[in-house]
Amino acid sequence: MTGQDKAPGHVVVVGAGQAGVQLVDSLRAGGYRGRLTLLSRESERPYQRPPLSKDFVVGGRDAEPLRLRGESFFEDVGVGARWGVSAVAIDRSGQRVRTSAGDWMTYDALVLATGADSRGLGIPGEHLAGVHRLRTLDDARDASGGLESARQVVVVGAGFIGLEFAAGARARGLDVTVVSPTARPLRRSVTPAVSAYLTERQELDGVRFELSEGVAALSGGDDDAGRVAAVVLTSGRTLPADLVVVGVGVTPASALAAEAGVAIEGDGGIAVDGSLRTSDSAIFAIGDCASFPSLHAGRRMRLESVQNATDHARHAAAVLLGQDPGPYAELPWFWSHQGKVKLQIAGLSRPGVSTVLRGDPASGKFSVFAFDDGELVSVESVNSPADHLAARRLLAAGAALSPDEAADLAFDLKAYSRAAPVPA
Amino acid sequence: MPTITYIQPDGAELTLDASPETSVMRAAVNAGVPGIVGECGGQAMCATCHVYVSPNSLEGLPEINDEEDEMLECTSAPRDPERSRLGCQISCGPRASLVVEVPAGQV
Ligand SMILES: Cc1cc2nc3c(=O)[nH]c(=O)nc-3n(C[C@H](O)[C@H](O)[C@H](O)COP(=O)(O)OP(=O)(O)OC[C@H]3O[C@@H](n4cnc5c(N)ncnc54)[C@H](O)[C@@H]3O)c2cc1C
Ligand code: FES
Repeated sequence: MTGQDKAPGHVVVVGAGQAGVQLVDSLRAGGYRGRLTLLSRESERPYQRPPLSKDFVVGGRDAEPLRLRGESFFEDVGVGARWGVSAVAIDRSGQRVRTSAGDWMTYDALVLATGADSRGLGIPGEHLAGVHRLRTLDDARDASGGLESARQVVVVGAGFIGLEFAAGARARGLDVTVVSPTARPLRRSVTPAVSAYLTERQELDGVRFELSEGVAALSGGDDDAGRVAAVVLTSGRTLPADLVVVGVGVTPASALAAEAGVAIEGDGGIAVDGSLRTSDSAIFAIGDCASFPSLHAGRRMRLESVQNATDHARHAAAVLLGQDPGPYAELPWFWSHQGKVKLQIAGLSRPGVSTVLRGDPASGKFSVFAFDDGELVSVESVNSPADHLAARRLLAAGAALSPDEAADLAFDLKAYSRAAPVPA
Repeated sequence: MPTITYIQPDGAELTLDASPETSVMRAAVNAGVPGIVGECGGQAMCATCHVYVSPNSLEGLPEINDEEDEMLECTSAPRDPERSRLGCQISCGPRASLVVEVPAGQV
């Protein structure tokens, strides 16, 4: 295998989420024969998070989690996995990590795949029973189990996770209100046309929105002061609630790195270069926790998506294997499922883009093509997987597309994208 | 319980018990069948669960909808006009067994 002799002797991976698991898989698949250790704070066998705000909400507490790998995978490929054991400190000069079990493990390369933690509101009442977040399988089991006896659900935050949960709870016939401080849902993630469409669809399904509205406090009930009964809005109004989901974003899990003096970016992520190496050349960071230079955005950024986690992992594995893959350049893509609406995003939108529509939102199938200075930068597709796939090919190849072509349904996007050179 | 058999490119076979609704992808991922990834969790969005259905198992499978059809156009291993399916979109259903071949690559 190429550069195998350059590969480090002992790779320690911290975090067994989408990124950490893909990394150990790619290392072994790429022929890495050295020692490989995986530290996992969760004792649960690694699982996929996207279903937690989708299938799980509808499926209830007993929905089967979707695992990332089979039961015996780690043993089979020779990964020393330590379930329920965290990394608690890094001694960089000694190249070793201390674990929550009290021992030190020396490493030749350390990969931080610590993900992110859901953010709290920092307001009174946040810890009442019936108030949930949605990051781990346990969170999802609790929230989903809570829906079985809930009637009035309030979702705080109109990001993807909040909107997905809202759609699922509504599909179970519950009364659902989404409260968001922004004037439009998904303000930071999608163009106005798509955000308006998604909001309207949810409203048609009976979800209520309280926009440009903050939450001041959560309050307990008269008969049970320890359980949430109402959400107090900053405008002073009160919404009755017996289940609250807080979906106001995440904080990258970078404390371990920060305490060891590894450079952290302004966005809170662990700073890495195009090889996904941190300021310490023996330490890498991948997935949700990493702030990386994005070729497609033309700036440094952090992304929270399965694509980002797995592509980072594959890239870091190639670097560790000595394959010299060049700077990380994968095209970002993402999906979200809200009720019957399937949204797929290819590329990254930017502030100040101009957009054209392909298809008619009234038909329930359309895409929004975003251009920056004439250059296609992102495509958001609603129930239009063909557009999404064509967009992925075009954006990955950096192929030219004019706004007129994008908007013209007679222009064969699929055929055109097929002809675009496929990057290696 | 119905069974799903996975045949690897090297001919190795593995047969799993699976409930009638359990998808070919989910059964494979949970059991660690090599070569079936299921990166999008079964949303027909990633095409990393591509399989070739064995000719004897083709009958009675649900039709390929537009979405699956599109995704099958961008699989890593070449699409077979008759036998390619997304593993997350098919399950045993009423049949007693289902046999699929795992392609050489998914990513
Ligand atoms: C509810 C929900 C829905 C989502 N839906 C989608 C979707 O539809 N599409 C999409 O593309 N993405 C979605 N995402 C995002 C996607 O799941 C994440 O981007 C992805 O899981 C990131 O992978 P990761 O490995 O970087 O982090 P994680 O999956 O968070 O894994 C990090 C792991 O590291 C562990 N860890 C942290 N610190 C330590 C330590 N010191 N020692 C040991 N272990 C540690 C954590 O406990 C965790 O298990 C969703 C996320 C959530 C929560
Ligand atoms: S699991 Fe992603 S397409 Fe089947």
